[in-house]
Amino acid sequence: MDGYFAWMIVATALVLMMTVPALALFYGGMTRTRSVLNMMMMSFVAFAVVGVTFVLWGWSEGWGGDGAGNSNGDLIASPFKMWGLHGVSQGNYIFVLFQLTFAAITVALISGAIADRVKLSSWIVFAAFWVTLVYYPIAHNIWGGGWFYTKFPNLDYAGGTVVHINAGIAGGVLALIIGPRVGFKKDPMKPHNLTLTMIGAGLLWFGWYGFNVGSMVFSDSTTKAWGGFEAQFQGEMGVTFMNTSVATMCAMLGWLAMERVLHGKATSLGAASGVVAGLVAITPSCGAVNTVGAIVIGSLAGLVCAWAVGLKYKFGLDDSLDVVGVHLVGGILGAVLIGFVGTDKSPQGIDGFFPSGTNGLFYGGNATLLGHQLMGVLFTLVWSGGITAILGLAIKYTIGWRISRDAEIEGIDADQHGESAYDFGGHGGGVLGGSSVTAASSAAAAKEGALA
Amino acid sequence: MKQITAVVKPFKLDDVKAALEVLGVQGLTVSEVQGFGRQRGHTEVYRGAEYTVDFVPKVRIDVVVSDDDVDKLVAAIVEAARTGKIGDGKVWVTPVEALVRVRTGERDGDAI
Repeated sequence: MDGYFAWMIVATALVLMMTVPALALFYGGMTRTRSVLNMMMMSFVAFAVVGVTFVLWGWSEGWGGDGAGNSNGDLIASPFKMWGLHGVSQGNYIFVLFQLTFAAITVALISGAIADRVKLSSWIVFAAFWVTLVYYPIAHNIWGGGWFYTKFPNLDYAGGTVVHINAGIAGGVLALIIGPRVGFKKDPMKPHNLTLTMIGAGLLWFGWYGFNVGSMVFSDSTTKAWGGFEAQFQGEMGVTFMNTSVATMCAMLGWLAMERVLHGKATSLGAASGVVAGLVAITPSCGAVNTVGAIVIGSLAGLVCAWAVGLKYKFGLDDSLDVVGVHLVGGILGAVLIGFVGTDKSPQGIDGFFPSGTNGLFYGGNATLLGHQLMGVLFTLVWSGGITAILGLAIKYTIGWRISRDAEIEGIDADQHGESAYDFGGHGGGVLGGSSVTAASSAAAAKEGALA
Repeated sequence: MKQITAVVKPFKLDDVKAALEVLGVQGLTVSEVQGFGRQRGHTEVYRGAEYTVDFVPKVRIDVVVSDDDVDKLVAAIVEAARTGKIGDGKVWVTPVEALVRVRTGERDGDAI
């Protein structure tokens, strides 16, 4: 097991990197110059807020055990039984940390739907309540422990449903409640720095190997089914690593092909988006399909998401950075396609996680597996959509979501953080912008000079 | 004295500079500018959203010369900057009333 623990340390750090900085870069590049810092801060701050709630009550509420597994059959486990990781052995802390990074990125993903316009304080309050009321219960119920799973056991290897559908629907609902940015559909809101976005997408891909390949679970029955620990470790890792890779490649190509047809050019933003769409779709399915299945899922994710991101303009929904179009649509595709191309010869089939006697429709199964997958999607849509709506409205009518209209036009970076991202002259400073030292800091400088 | 101002495609800057140097011009000022003429702007598409970019990046070159040199220098700039495609830019000439070299205080013709 030594190798496995070493791998889990690496995998956990890789998933941390997906939020800070990968997602912050991916999203930050797509915003305008005057709001890039706030966009990146939403990811950074989400990680910190969620992380603290996770060790205080999140692990206890969502998992509630000592080890990697999740076996309590209630709707939620007791949030206070293992308060502050009471009763978790030190040797199992790495499993807590691994799951913590998933909760954090799920919240951070939502921020893309409400870019440029939300008070940092409201975002912090939302993050803490949302993981508590939405993420932990859904993780508990989809990943094998909760009340829902005992009724409709379904397959979600690394969180296509728990993370991506969940964040996608929450982002869509919040964008609806908070309303569009000032000037939406009227003013140009094109990405300010696509090199940041490309770097972010590349780092997401890299980190996603921790996300997917780190999600394998060992138990006595799984190692026995594979014929030993090493056989499962190597076999399952090989398949999930391979599927994650080929699906992502196909999705990038699919996205580029679709936008070439629809808009005439294959773009770098399309390549970056296609990578993420493919990773999202293969997240629930990387352990349940073979290589051909991964190619099917990845290709469809690229093609469909490239088309889906255009829909927000028809509905007038300012899902600013396409959390719905990429994460909700891609997540649903990945979850549902398991019902077609899932095979019980896959790692999860060997593990015995396919509901007994079921198989994908293309591999001789009946509609049972597909039905369970659809129920998992539906459960998440209803739970996450409903509670996000209540929470979103509660914040709207108490502390409020939005910065003032003037502040939004001026730029949220200056309003919320008192900073500007770039100092290339002109607006941010430089020769022409001319930032001069204020009284307070020149006093400090004078004092320093005196001491020297 | 005249000031020649040329607004040209950015990648033509080096050609124009070389052409002026050959004819003995000893100094010029360049700035990055944006604008449009009959070329208008262009469109960019990001995730299905189409943006019209009205202002196209250009380079502006300003050089002050004596009256005798104006015609040949304008001809040289036009020659060097031309690609024959739409969007090549414009060159115009304006009179200059006075000129002072800051370091020495030399004026007008001596300061060119």
